[in-house]
Amino acid sequence: MSTKAQPSRVLDRPLDPPLDLPGEVWNLRLYVAGQTAKSLQAFANLKRICEEHLAGRYNIEIIDLVKQPQLAAGDQILALPTLVRKLPEPIRKIIGDLSNTDRVLVGLDLRTKE
Amino acid sequence: MRDKRLTTKRDGGRPNAAAHSLPKTASGIRGLDEITVGGFPRGRTTLLCGAAGCGKTLFGMEFLVRGATEYAEPGVCISFDETGEELAANVASLGFDLKDLAARKLLAIDHVYIERSQIEETGEYDLEGLFLRLAYAVDSTKAKRVLLDSVETLFAGIGNESILRAELRRLFRWLKERGLTAVVTAERGENTLTRHGIEEYISDCVILLDHRVTEAVTTRRLRVVKYRGSSHGTNEYPFLIDTDGISVLPLTSLELNQEASDKRVSTGIAALDAMLGGEGYFRGSSILLSGTAGTGKTSLAAHFVDAACARGERCLSFSFEESAPQIVRNMRSIGVNLGQWVDEGVLRFQSIRPSTFGLEMHLVMMHKLIAEFNPSIVVVDPLTALLSAGAEFEAQSMVLRLVDFLKSKGITALMTSLANVSAPTQQTDVQISSIVDTWISLRDIESSSERNRGLYVLKARGLAHSNQIREYVITGNGIQFRDVYLGGEMLTGSARIAQEAKDATAMVLEAEESQRKKAILERRSKVLESQIAALQLELESEGQELRQLAAQGELRTRKLNDDQRVMQKSRAAEPELAPKSAKKESSRK
Repeated sequence: MSTKAQPSRVLDRPLDPPLDLPGEVWNLRLYVAGQTAKSLQAFANLKRICEEHLAGRYNIEIIDLVKQPQLAAGDQILALPTLVRKLPEPIRKIIGDLSNTDRVLVGLDLRTKE
Repeated sequence: MRDKRLTTKRDGGRPNAAAHSLPKTASGIRGLDEITVGGFPRGRTTLLCGAAGCGKTLFGMEFLVRGATEYAEPGVCISFDETGEELAANVASLGFDLKDLAARKLLAIDHVYIERSQIEETGEYDLEGLFLRLAYAVDSTKAKRVLLDSVETLFAGIGNESILRAELRRLFRWLKERGLTAVVTAERGENTLTRHGIEEYISDCVILLDHRVTEAVTTRRLRVVKYRGSSHGTNEYPFLIDTDGISVLPLTSLELNQEASDKRVSTGIAALDAMLGGEGYFRGSSILLSGTAGTGKTSLAAHFVDAACARGERCLSFSFEESAPQIVRNMRSIGVNLGQWVDEGVLRFQSIRPSTFGLEMHLVMMHKLIAEFNPSIVVVDPLTALLSAGAEFEAQSMVLRLVDFLKSKGITALMTSLANVSAPTQQTDVQISSIVDTWISLRDIESSSERNRGLYVLKARGLAHSNQIREYVITGNGIQFRDVYLGGEMLTGSARIAQEAKDATAMVLEAEESQRKKAILERRSKVLESQIAALQLELESEGQELRQLAAQGELRTRKLNDDQRVMQKSRAAEPELAPKSAKKESSRK
């Protein structure tokens, strides 16, 4: 689905389980609105995927927009929940409760789209 | 539902009744609040739809800015298309300073942007983020007004349309619950009001903007498609976007209920005042000066303006043929100094080509200027130039609107109309004539290889006007009326002068003749008198003779008696007897 050319990634296309460049830390930010079922579901799904594919080199920051609504504009958050990959660049966004693991992996560039 | 009850039209949709039935929020946009009888429905959402470039965003922004600056109602703009900077730059041309308003917490702009290519959708989600952002902006400014511009962009950004539609429905409900007066813009669809059917969520008020090109002239128009629970103007109203924002023209407030003033206003020419019953036109009436080319329409108008300015009244003159300096120069040549009034600021010329924009735009422009300048007299010279900018029906309705508007403001309107030489009263004249109160016709009178000018009052409602055709000449001292030639048919120019000379000669001759006749008669009567005197003398002498004769007769008789007595004495006749017998003899006889 991604139309943006990402030449650096074409060379080291990750296999499954993918291993990115060693030492690269993934900064992930999950935007939610309160402790809703969807929020909890999304967090659980994210945690699981990260443990499977990025064990030891990821950070997850959870932002509750009900408490901090002013932070929504910065990452252009509209839909909730939204997962934002801040690092490595470029920024990617995945919306939804992350229940479709394959699409999350594609969205995070952990796997190319078949 | 409350608004179900309100949908019933009442009092024939009279403004007051509607204003009471439904609370409204004044948009602050000139003219729009008149059409909508008070503004947008308070606490509800209004849909503003139209094709690209028809001014939706500007409309929405003016709604927010006016609210913030004039009604102390802060606003929030959720912009889906443009960034805050872009918006600020766009509306700066209308004189709006968004940055200043934002700094004063009167306005919050949030640019909501979705790049679909960056987004992967997995599983369940909603648009709570949008709600939270909106709520945050509303809370931080204590906003009463909201603009969503344009919400349809979401359809490009969000893949799951069913989620989006559900969320939009929730959004509009949320706005209503919060009591926010909102304006939502949307692109016009092929056969629908909006491309994505937003109108099905917004049922309170729908306004359609339009941007049409007819005969290479573009006109922006607005129409209130729907306004639940309120009466509203149903026509298409043209609107203008310029440096002061948007002006919508509430064109047809055609209730014939204008005030009718009894006051009079001088035409600037005493003789013409006299023709109109002594004091000129009615104040606040509309006057049409029609005439063929070069009959002095502009000059006559200049006199009117000059006199008004001299009284200190403000005049606004719309000229479609000449520039202001040109008019001032030309009128100076007939001794009317308009330049001084322009300098004093009581007179303003607005010269513009008729083809600059469409009829309605002209009208909008005129409305605007009139509101700005606040004149008591408006001159349109010539009206016919303006009429050429539109179709016949349009032209008539436009003039009607203009006259109606001026009347409602109590402004005296003088319009000139260029008539065709071959047909002095044109079709347009006829159409206009029913609208105007006073119609003065100027015409060429051609005779004895001369063109002279004649003026007559075709009609003057409510004025005892003259029925005469009066000749006038345009001199270095302005328009001057010539005395009426009272000898039968109308004569003008040298024909009149010749006739007057002829008349004068005839009069001299006639006087001489009668003098002569008088002398003869006098002579004859003298002769007769002398004859009478002679006869009188004769009569007298004859009378004298008669008396002489009588006296002689008496004398003779006495002498005879004396003689007889002497005779009797001498004959010694009996004196006693003789007279007795003589007496008896005479009585017997």
